[in-house]
Amino acid sequence: MSAPRRPSDPSGLERYYVLTGGRSGPGGSASTLDVATLVVARAVPLPGMQHEHTEILRRCRDPLSVAELGAHLHLPFNILAVLLSDLLQAGRVEARDPIPAHDAGRGPDLALLEEVLSGLQRL
Amino acid sequence: MDFKGFDRSGRPEAGDTRSVKVMIAGGFGTGKTTMVRSVSDIKPLTTEETLTQASADVDHLIGVADKTQTTVSLDFGKISLNDTLMLYLFGTPGQERFWFLWNGLFKGALGAVVLVDTRRLASSFRAIEEMERQNVPFVIALNVFPDSEEYPVDEIRDALDIPPHTPVVAFDARDRSASRDVLVTLIRHLKDRSAAALESR
Repeated sequence: MSAPRRPSDPSGLERYYVLTGGRSGPGGSASTLDVATLVVARAVPLPGMQHEHTEILRRCRDPLSVAELGAHLHLPFNILAVLLSDLLQAGRVEARDPIPAHDAGRGPDLALLEEVLSGLQRL
Repeated sequence: MDFKGFDRSGRPEAGDTRSVKVMIAGGFGTGKTTMVRSVSDIKPLTTEETLTQASADVDHLIGVADKTQTTVSLDFGKISLNDTLMLYLFGTPGQERFWFLWNGLFKGALGAVVLVDTRRLASSFRAIEEMERQNVPFVIALNVFPDSEEYPVDEIRDALDIPPHTPVVAFDARDRSASRDVLVTLIRHLKDRSAAALESR
């Protein structure tokens, strides 16, 4: 039998509530974030910045996907998206969504597929 | 920490680096994570999403403080295709009902590989239906487990009701080059679809 979890458990939802100031989902441009969206820092961390914001800027000096950031920072996607939206709005990071398959009937462009194919064949 | 070295000259910019994603779908225990692991350049990672739903019969409640909060995990890997193009592979959660709850999980994907265990064809029915419903182009990859009987591909295509233009291949998800070849089959299939769409315009 494990002891009941203490209310101060830092991995619980209360932590997320504090991190995001109670926001449950991102607004603005971050609402389109995908797990494969690449994030890159456009500014250095500032003293006094929220720890998670600092961590994001530090880890995204080279482009990193939202999924990788979430895994490294142990944050669920929706919480991370809120934090990223702060940084996006402040112009401290840039985000680039994955190149999608186009709507039914018209696939992604052939040059891109050719590039993916030759990359795979080099593996 | 020293930020003097924070000079990105010569470093690929976000504007230059692009990503594409491919979903690895299939029923529970069909080898999705195994395939991601065998073909990924990085040690596979797990990312999570907290989903809200009317719970009742949810069986994998991890780190949940509220009955309506469910944490769903997504195993993923990455392949650097060249200096500026990354391929991300996402293994879908084993329980297909979460696919509806995670908005945009399939949106933005180039396509999907649906894994099938030939000993349990029915376990991947739902995945195939979902790809068709969401209009995600896919190929079927039969993960050949050591004790799998040999099944003729055509019989399986019939049993799964797969249209003739959708590739069905057999492979071993533990094998890196075999997994790579499945991805090659998917991309070739996408090229064929694109070419056919261009011609019909």
